[in-house]
Amino acid sequence: MSTTEKLVMDHPMDSLLDLVSEAQVGQGVSRIDGPLKVSGQATYTAEYPMDGLLYGYLVSATIGKGKIKTIHDKTALVVHGVVAVITDFKRFLRNPQQGGVNLAPIQGVKEIAYFGQPIALVVAESYEAARAGAAALKVDYERADDGAFDLIKELKNRKPIDWITDKSEISGDPEESLLTADIKVDRVYITPSQNSAAMELHASVAYWEGHDLIIYSSLQMVASCRASLAHALGLNPKHVRLISRFVGGGFGSKLGISSESVAAAIAAKQLKRPVKVVMTRPQVFESTVRRSNTRQRIGLGADANGKIHTIIHNSIVTNLSGELFFEPTALATHFLYQGKNREVKYEMVRMNQVLAGSMRAPGEAVGLLALECAIDELAELVKIDPIELRKLNEPERDPSKDIPFSSRHLIEALETGANHFGWKMRSSIPANRREGQWLIGMGVASAARSNSLKPSEARVTLTPEIKVIVETDMTDIGTGTYTVLAQITADLLGVPLSVIEVRLGDSDFPPSAGSGGSWGASSSGSSVYLACKKIREQLAAQSNIPIEELDLKDGHISSLNGSKSLKELVTKDIVGIGKIDAGKTSKKYTQASFGAHFAEVAVNAVTGEIRVKRMLGIFTAGRILNEKTARSQCYGGMVFGLGAALMENLQHDSRDGRITNHNLAEYHIPTNADVPDIEVILLPETDRLTNPLHAKGIGELGIAGAGAAIANAVYNATGIRVYDYPITLDKLLDRLPSL
Amino acid sequence: MKAFAYFRAENAVDATKLMNQHHGKYIAGGSNLLDLMKLHLEIPEVLIDISRLPLNDVEETSEGGLKIGAMVLNSELAAHPLVRLRYGVLSRALLAGASGQLRNMATTGGNILQRTRCSYFYAPDSACNKRIKGSGCPALHGLNRMHAILGGSAACIAQHPSDMAVAFMALDAVVVTLCLDGSSRQIPLDDFYRLPGLDPQQETVLQFGELIIHIILPPPPMGIHQYYKVRDRASYAFALVSIASIIDIDDRRIRAIRLAFGGIGTIPWRNKQVEEFLVSAPPCYPIFAQAADILLSGAKGAGENDFKIELTRRLLISTLQKAVSGDHS
Repeated sequence: MSTTEKLVMDHPMDSLLDLVSEAQVGQGVSRIDGPLKVSGQATYTAEYPMDGLLYGYLVSATIGKGKIKTIHDKTALVVHGVVAVITDFKRFLRNPQQGGVNLAPIQGVKEIAYFGQPIALVVAESYEAARAGAAALKVDYERADDGAFDLIKELKNRKPIDWITDKSEISGDPEESLLTADIKVDRVYITPSQNSAAMELHASVAYWEGHDLIIYSSLQMVASCRASLAHALGLNPKHVRLISRFVGGGFGSKLGISSESVAAAIAAKQLKRPVKVVMTRPQVFESTVRRSNTRQRIGLGADANGKIHTIIHNSIVTNLSGELFFEPTALATHFLYQGKNREVKYEMVRMNQVLAGSMRAPGEAVGLLALECAIDELAELVKIDPIELRKLNEPERDPSKDIPFSSRHLIEALETGANHFGWKMRSSIPANRREGQWLIGMGVASAARSNSLKPSEARVTLTPEIKVIVETDMTDIGTGTYTVLAQITADLLGVPLSVIEVRLGDSDFPPSAGSGGSWGASSSGSSVYLACKKIREQLAAQSNIPIEELDLKDGHISSLNGSKSLKELVTKDIVGIGKIDAGKTSKKYTQASFGAHFAEVAVNAVTGEIRVKRMLGIFTAGRILNEKTARSQCYGGMVFGLGAALMENLQHDSRDGRITNHNLAEYHIPTNADVPDIEVILLPETDRLTNPLHAKGIGELGIAGAGAAIANAVYNATGIRVYDYPITLDKLLDRLPSL
Repeated sequence: MKAFAYFRAENAVDATKLMNQHHGKYIAGGSNLLDLMKLHLEIPEVLIDISRLPLNDVEETSEGGLKIGAMVLNSELAAHPLVRLRYGVLSRALLAGASGQLRNMATTGGNILQRTRCSYFYAPDSACNKRIKGSGCPALHGLNRMHAILGGSAACIAQHPSDMAVAFMALDAVVVTLCLDGSSRQIPLDDFYRLPGLDPQQETVLQFGELIIHIILPPPPMGIHQYYKVRDRASYAFALVSIASIIDIDDRRIRAIRLAFGGIGTIPWRNKQVEEFLVSAPPCYPIFAQAADILLSGAKGAGENDFKIELTRRLLISTLQKAVSGDHS
């Protein structure tokens, strides 16, 4: 009997999870790795102890464009403790890699493409010595005088871009129908660059065993990162072992390899000792990944009743030259509302600024900051409630592709939220509610995030001691993967969580989808599901039970003919390998998670300070695998949304591209004091088309639309619409009530 | 950070002796100095640790004021019963500053000496007149949202970041120091800070090695103590504009008033003309607006920080309106 179960998701299917009584899946099971984390025993990349370890400190370019003339190694080598100055103009990474790419990113650091680009590595016996050496290292540059640092000046150089992260769309005659619409909104929304600011800094520890590289690196996707590392170093991937067992947050910034991994590997080879490189916080800001700044034009045309017939979403985004990724702002615009005249278009401006790539919900996170505020404005012009406007424009099928949705409960989410939040207390007239010095307002926005399934593989082994070992190179970036995979295994094999050991983040294990794009839990979870299914089949065959009658529970196997303990039955390891891939259901159906955001804000009538008082998120994401970790993901996403609306703003100096707020004191994300009571309601939903778990992605749903609800609440409170994020008080000041 | 020699001083005299000998840097809580050392903006060969000096008491003076040891931690000072009872403006200013962790490390003496948060000052490779005289000021035409609108010069517009010092300014605090020659000075805080002028690297009148040992507060002024800090997020952010106010209202008239401002000046800002004007005039909107005009007569934005002028005006007028109407929320 084969041990491999392969599934391509071509058809709707039932889930074995529905047959389990007293299931673990769906429960709010606390993280099984939680005790390790809170007791400091979960070892993160930079924490692996190693004999003879050397410390590397990246040297960052201090010009925004040009090239290196000379690096004066001696100026660093004289620093006590410094062992070497490692330069490799060919192989050092110029840009980090994007997610899921098996090739090396752009290499070669002699040419400087952005301020802060890593150019060398100073290696020393201590971190402090390496840092001192890096500071002492004298570098001569030849400055180019044609750096693209000022977006306004560079706008004229924008060029159309298409296909890599989103497809442009045109149907009907959108410009003409907008022009003649009874009611129209035509606005440009500006969003700034942002940084994921994950708590754990980007880090790698590398050493060599002969020709084999062993590297610990904090990354979200092991298989593709291993391949791109190997490619960057000119190695066969089988000579690279990549380990990433715990990741202290990634949010997209660790989808692909960054410069520190290649630098550590090259240094370790050259010096024949293990080398650890941890980026500083400024280096994470300057040289990993930013979310692109955007200028998004939204055009909405509707009839007098609010029926939308035109949706235009044209975006200008930025990136380094040579990069294919563009911020896909209109991902959700394609399918969120009906309307026959539609246009989505992208233009790219090449800037000498750090790589633009994925940050939590690339596309929807900033796209909905524009679209959902335009919808709010349209509702006001039509003079109907913004929830009513959304109901009026709910499409039956994906309006761009003319195919059905696999599942969609947006209206239910909006209605549930409206009831729960007390939406009817909102004044439809803006700036109409004041409590002392504070103007109070409420806002709503839809949430939507595309769902996807990626190829993923897992191996599950049931041992005669009735231990279950789950192995896949999947990562847990704080999302709860360890726990969710154990829950699925427990239910399908009828064993308690305590006998399950989940092993992740090691390229020695079967390749997974990795963590990104909200596909991690459903893709890797499906592979574990299939592996367990294979074990179930083997157990059934071994005990001559028809598979339909098989019941695994409490470590026992039972059928109509009685029950037997697994211990009696399993005499040698039983292995199941599961492989999942997307199929026809992802082509024939539009798959997305949906939800609704509600926010109440208070705006100081004198100073314009904005304080969020309440947030509520209602989400539908198929089967919820773990009520607790899912909820936590939503909280985190909503806090991200709050930051995007009110504070996050990566500032590049328009003269040389220098990032002036590259630390957590000056790059503002919400503090505890900024985060109000947040409530999350997860509506039950099942989707037989997505995957065998019937789950959909939830990790990014919480951010998608959250900021728009806040912006709409600010408008409701003040009567002021700000089209230039973040909404800081200076943008309100001249329109606040007079004293 | 470069390796440094480390000495621990037992008392103030010991500290100045060590300084005389080694020409190093004093370190107390280190909440600012360590950042500067990591970035090589300060590269002391010798650190003289003064954190254990027996200067951590808050005592009443015979005049009814307070004598605050230079090593009293920000969190301790904010929570001290006498401070809370009599100097509410100080307690509030302290709690508006930094984060709980930083307040547990930062000292009274260190806080008034903290350096600006100007991002160009913090970028070692960048020009900055505060670091290298004559190298230029990128903030003047650069990213300057946080920068000062008052007290700046063509050489520097970096804002002073302290909240505590703003309250001290309103309270007429006096800085007591010990000089290297063993003499002691009493410097009113009003005279303590220097405007940047052409020498922005000179931030105070302290001489080399002069050690702050106490802050003396005169008896608390009558009136309602308030500290309102406007910032970009609710915690752990520097002031865009802050106002320390002590306002004594009698029968809807301003009997006495002290006002000091943070976030807008290159030094903690107090303009006594504003106060004098307000006690002489009837408390009403036009007078408050005139007071704002006096305060902001020399104000100059550099682009991104232009809004601070209007924000300060609104905040001042609103503070006065609330005080007169008895609204202390």
